[in-house]
Amino acid sequence: MSDMEETEGSQGPVAPRRVIGTPPPTPRLLGSTAVAEGGQADQVSDETGRGEHSDETTVSTVPEQRAKRVEKIIAGCFTFAFIAGCGFIAAYVGLEVGSNRLGSGDSVVNAALRSNLALGTSLAVTLIALGLGALLWVRYLMPDVEVVEQRHDLRSDPKDRQAFEQYFKEGASNSQFVKRPLVRRTLMLGTLPLLAAPVVLLRDLGPLPGTSLRHTVWSPGRRLLVFGTDTPITPAEFSVPGSAITIVPEGYVDDADALTKATVTLIKFRPGELDIPTRMAGSTLIGTMNWTVDNIVAYSRICTHVGCPVGLYEQTTHHLLCPCHQSTFNAAKGAEVIFGPAPRPLPQLPITVDAQGYLVAKSDFTQPVGPSFWERG
Amino acid sequence: MSDNFDVPAPLEGVGGWLDDRFHGARGFRVLMRKVFPDHWSFLLGEIALWSFVILLLSGTFLALFFVPSMNDVVYNGSYVKLDGIRMSEAYQSTLNISFDVRGGLLMRQIHHWAADLFMAALIIHMLRVFFTGAYRKPREINWLIGVGLFTLGLLEGLFGYSLPDDQLSGAGLRIFEGVLQGIPIVGTYLAFFLFGGGFPGNDIVPRMYVLHVLLIPGLLLGLITAHLFIMFHQKHTQMPAKGNTEKNVVGQPFFPYFLAKGGAWFFFIFAALVLLATFAEINPIWLYGPYTPVAISSASQPDFYMGILEGSLRMMPAWEINGFGHTLSLSVLIPALGPLGLIFGGAAMWPFFEQWATGDRSFHNINDRPRNAPMRTGVGAAAIVFYGVCWAEGANDVIADKLQIPLYTITWIARVLVFVGPAAAFFITKRICLALQRQDKETLLHGYESGIIRQLPNGEFIEVHRPVNEEARAVLEAKTVPALMPAPGSEDENGVPAPSSRGALGKVRARANRAFAETIVVETNGHGNGHGGGNGHGSAVEAGHGGDQASVGSATAGQLPAGKSPEDSSGSELS
Repeated sequence: MSDMEETEGSQGPVAPRRVIGTPPPTPRLLGSTAVAEGGQADQVSDETGRGEHSDETTVSTVPEQRAKRVEKIIAGCFTFAFIAGCGFIAAYVGLEVGSNRLGSGDSVVNAALRSNLALGTSLAVTLIALGLGALLWVRYLMPDVEVVEQRHDLRSDPKDRQAFEQYFKEGASNSQFVKRPLVRRTLMLGTLPLLAAPVVLLRDLGPLPGTSLRHTVWSPGRRLLVFGTDTPITPAEFSVPGSAITIVPEGYVDDADALTKATVTLIKFRPGELDIPTRMAGSTLIGTMNWTVDNIVAYSRICTHVGCPVGLYEQTTHHLLCPCHQSTFNAAKGAEVIFGPAPRPLPQLPITVDAQGYLVAKSDFTQPVGPSFWERG
Repeated sequence: MSDNFDVPAPLEGVGGWLDDRFHGARGFRVLMRKVFPDHWSFLLGEIALWSFVILLLSGTFLALFFVPSMNDVVYNGSYVKLDGIRMSEAYQSTLNISFDVRGGLLMRQIHHWAADLFMAALIIHMLRVFFTGAYRKPREINWLIGVGLFTLGLLEGLFGYSLPDDQLSGAGLRIFEGVLQGIPIVGTYLAFFLFGGGFPGNDIVPRMYVLHVLLIPGLLLGLITAHLFIMFHQKHTQMPAKGNTEKNVVGQPFFPYFLAKGGAWFFFIFAALVLLATFAEINPIWLYGPYTPVAISSASQPDFYMGILEGSLRMMPAWEINGFGHTLSLSVLIPALGPLGLIFGGAAMWPFFEQWATGDRSFHNINDRPRNAPMRTGVGAAAIVFYGVCWAEGANDVIADKLQIPLYTITWIARVLVFVGPAAAFFITKRICLALQRQDKETLLHGYESGIIRQLPNGEFIEVHRPVNEEARAVLEAKTVPALMPAPGSEDENGVPAPSSRGALGKVRARANRAFAETIVVETNGHGNGHGGGNGHGSAVEAGHGGDQASVGSATAGQLPAGKSPEDSSGSELS
């Protein structure tokens, strides 16, 4: 059908209708016809239509005898790629992974690694063979040519620039954009809300911070649970000096949002080692010996720098170290900062014991835990 | 030029059919004959391009199996060590890709390695473009696009490796959130809007997912396409060589040479990534476990391209300003914005700064050899050292462990080195460049050392120098030096300061101009390729400096309207 349309389009209605089964009269693109009709194929190929010329020089050609040898090597590469590629498919089909498809005795990890090894090796060999073949081809089979192409000026020539300027001025003047400021300004006014709309639309991405960064889930009487076992703990059970354990709040052991702020490190000291200076932030008490029980102190586990868990404790020096950026806090002295980028001590959680003798929070932290934020003050 | 080649009939037909509709022959004629200059360093950008293609392919595969959800599930799958553990669906599906999908582990590791290679190749390609001055007019926009690609690549990588919701990347994400909170005024809101509330919330994985698989790759794809089209349209730069001029481009045509070479290169890069993915384990998330805000592992390291941020955070001493009910967290803000701002901002402004300082508004299609632009090369070296110190500090705990140096000592060394290192690198590199120029000059004037020792009648041994061949000569002589502006504070005979050096900015400009114009002058006219001793010495400019001083001036004396006396050269300031 397309052939018919072409015939009509290119030759007009007067052209004789084509007999079905004969070749279309359209000049072919890559055949000898095009060259014949174009006549001067050589000249055409040297001019790119923008006044550029390119000169090709053949630096060297490959002697036929050598070419034959190279041809065989290249063919070998591609054949090898085919074989390795079949190996890839075979490895996919043959090597099972996952507990659902593996026998009971098989290790899932080993199966995955085995499959990975087989698939990866065969795929890599396929690709290398293909690449090598292509490289040998272009390097040792194709004649080495060098083409020198002229660069054209990127700047348009003066005539075009002038015409552009003229058309632009004409168009601008016809549009009356400059002449009628009322239209212009109201247009801008009209688009303003539309420009603001995308920003407005983002509002419901999240709730406003409010005071949520100032509080954690700790409340008076909430028990301290040992992370991992999720059991409460008494001072007597936590009696080895130098120990440090991770504490999570009762009722929130699986709540990542709560734990991000409320996780606590509990440290037991020998009598006399612990010396927390009484510290105030404005009129709020933020650190005191009164918030310890039996030489046990609870510090926020969240670094005051950018919020990593302060995960390392060194018994002999009482240093708490954040593994992310190495802020170091002296646990014996109210977790004051002794090195690193953290701007302030780790907040201390007031603790006491409840009627059953378990460690509980006396209250929430009296200052925001974790990293600084603009509204913190 | 070739033996007769019969085009198969179907191809002929299709070709004609398409050309009737799209006018394609004209465009493809140009494309096929498009000349690509050959130089190993021009393949660096191509590594990034092919890595990106592989990222798209492997990423599409992964997206078929990955579940971008933070819903809690209890694992009961193939990897028995995590049996019964609570985790997000994202983490679970990543485990499934690793252990239950054939080829999944391979694809994951290819994807991760390809991301690292993409960034590495991008950085090295940028350095190549910088050091050879290939960003100069008319290619400034393409340079800016490159800087944009670098920035987007960082974000894309950060979001990508955070998607599995494992312990390691979760810690990284928490740091990201902490840094966001540290931004004055809007920081808390930004963090709450991005995370849908407090950290970690339930939204961040699906949101990062859409950014990672749609928005940022779309932008990357668009920018890369623009990057290539502009490169194509403006034609590639070429290295100085015999026959290469500002007005031509010498190389091999796209079809079939570049096509075959590019194809081979793609296969090799793909193969390299597959080999890495097969034999070098990367990001074994099943060993890290699912994310919990309670736990942390020591020696946590982000992917290498985030190392500069990590290192600058570690390096910064505590500094915070509180007042008026607000907190300005400088110990977060400075390292988060400073180094990257300096690198990205500096890179983006450099071409324009250089134009301003040198007054050079001409087109450049022939690249500079780095030694011939000592100022630029020095600044580049300084940037590398600055970046490198920040980057290495990001692994200070690992370095401390491996080298048994106290951790705090390393941080202190980095704190000093981040300022001293770049300055030293600048100075040393500039000296090396000038020394290499001196060597080039020697070679040009007296020829190269042939290795032949000859004994003179008086018993003295000398080494015979041979004139360099034309090819080498063309390379050695390819040197452009910016024209000199009036010296800072200089006045004409009427006591009027030159307009360009007026005011504080003018003085800065004049100083920068002199720094850029510093060069070793080669006076070749009249001396030929003298290979005897003594004859080639004594260019006018150098006479007063004992023949071995850096000078401000032009390489080919008299060509440029510099004309200022060589006495106020910065040669003395250098030595």
